Amino acid sequence: MITAGIDMGAAFAKMVIVKDGELIGKGICKVTLEPEEAVRTVQELALKDAGVRPDEIQRVGATGAGRKLVKNADVVVTDVTADAAGANYLDKAVRTVIDVGGEEARAVKINEEGKVISFAVNDKCAAGAGAFIEAMTRALELPMEDFAKYSLKSTQKIPINAQCAIFAESEVVSLINEMTPREDICRAVHDGISDRVSSMAKRVGIEEKVVLIGGTAKNIGLLKSLEDALGMKITVLPDPEFVSALGIGILAAKDSEN
Amino acid sequence: MTSQQVEYWRWDEGNWADPNKNWKEAKVISAGVDIGSVSTQAVIMTDGELYAYANTRSGYNSRESANKAIGMALNGTNLKLENLDFTVGTGYGRVKVPFANKAITEIACHARGANFMYGPTVRTVLDMGGQDLKVIRCDGKGKVENFLMNEKCAAGTGRGMEVIADLLKVPIGKVGELSFEVDEEPPPVSTTCVVFAKTEALGLLKGGWPVPKVLAAYCSAMAHRVYSQIMTVGIQQDFVITGGIAKNIGVVKRLEKELGFEFFKKTNIDTQLAGAIGAALFAKGLYEKQGRR
Repeated sequence: MITAGIDMGAAFAKMVIVKDGELIGKGICKVTLEPEEAVRTVQELALKDAGVRPDEIQRVGATGAGRKLVKNADVVVTDVTADAAGANYLDKAVRTVIDVGGEEARAVKINEEGKVISFAVNDKCAAGAGAFIEAMTRALELPMEDFAKYSLKSTQKIPINAQCAIFAESEVVSLINEMTPREDICRAVHDGISDRVSSMAKRVGIEEKVVLIGGTAKNIGLLKSLEDALGMKITVLPDPEFVSALGIGILAAKDSEN
Repeated sequence: MTSQQVEYWRWDEGNWADPNKNWKEAKVISAGVDIGSVSTQAVIMTDGELYAYANTRSGYNSRESANKAIGMALNGTNLKLENLDFTVGTGYGRVKVPFANKAITEIACHARGANFMYGPTVRTVLDMGGQDLKVIRCDGKGKVENFLMNEKCAAGTGRGMEVIADLLKVPIGKVGELSFEVDEEPPPVSTTCVVFAKTEALGLLKGGWPVPKVLAAYCSAMAHRVYSQIMTVGIQQDFVITGGIAKNIGVVKRLEKELGFEFFKKTNIDTQLAGAIGAALFAKGLYEKQGRR
């Protein structure tokens, strides 16, 4: 059986092709101001990567903030359900999933079957989401990758008092003007968002093993800060930005069995 | 300057002095300097009456902002810094006013300033500043009885409005007016967060909404956000607004509609000056009580 899982996020569209429980192809593209275009593009990319014709796809699953844009979906689930299914598929030992996306962050507590026990979501404020880091990279005029690396070289912990991304941007500019080393500023940005994400995660009651997924999971600076904030080891699942899409891809196949 | 370099958020800076007053005849010359996160004001008063003021943008260095503002206010009078009997600093940079004799919180100063600007019947002051939103309840002397402050989030603040003005390339002073050039009032933007609202506004533009319609949607979201904050404290009449957003009719009119009454109290004084005026009034009182320190 071949299924497709599409995760329409706020910043990126992700899609995977799953054949008999195995990941055989994936695609990712930026969501522009015409999200319907991203739905088309990501399907083309994933099909090409898997070497599969559109008519070979038996079932399509959709998740993410823009999941309703996937018109041909047979199964539609929330991000929370998809996160849980994807993480559980990759590692049965996972009990807490932290997903930091562009405009949303989630913490999901799951059992050994990948069932959701409790969860918390922030989709109201950019301060606890990837958009916060993105705004700060603009203020510092650094590419995301360098931003993450610089953070690890920081020698002192400094606070960024502003929570709001809009205010934090001005604060970062002040720090630059005060000749604060950019390594320390980068770390302060990661520490700030980690504070918000970890307090959200603590609300669901953290249990190990903890994994980080979503595009920001590739940011090693954020990972380090988040580990410090939670005081525990966090594992990054492989291809972290595709975990949610994988989850719905798997669920789409399961759903047809029932 | 090319069109791409225009900074649409940038509001007019300026200064003013009363040509009909002679400071040499004054018993007390007091000053107030309000260093906010976005703007800085300096007010000079002679015997508790407005004599000169300046309104300028805050720089990264609070001390320099204070010096710049008082310099602008003194300019246009033949006063010198040493002629000021007593100066009070307020606002978030209040302890960094190098020439101030004392620092007083902006909550106290705003209530006192609103009392001066709008009269002793004022009981609720909504201050919509650059980086925070305050609802202050006060008595007939402008003394604070209760207040609520939001300084965590840019939604409902002047900085948030600047970001949107810049995004839509509309000069900040024209936002209010332009937001009424719509056939019918659109639904407000759905997100509170300014970062997300920016994305949403871009999406609306791309979807074919004209700029005034997007502005209307943003102004009404802002009015709604402010409305819910006000309701946490509750309103007692008279109700007045201070701060930069008080000049934006796009937000003010929509807030009046949400609240169900018109803000009949008007003032001729620049609403951004409330904090500095309050500070200058406190300075006068302190000088009379204890002399210069």
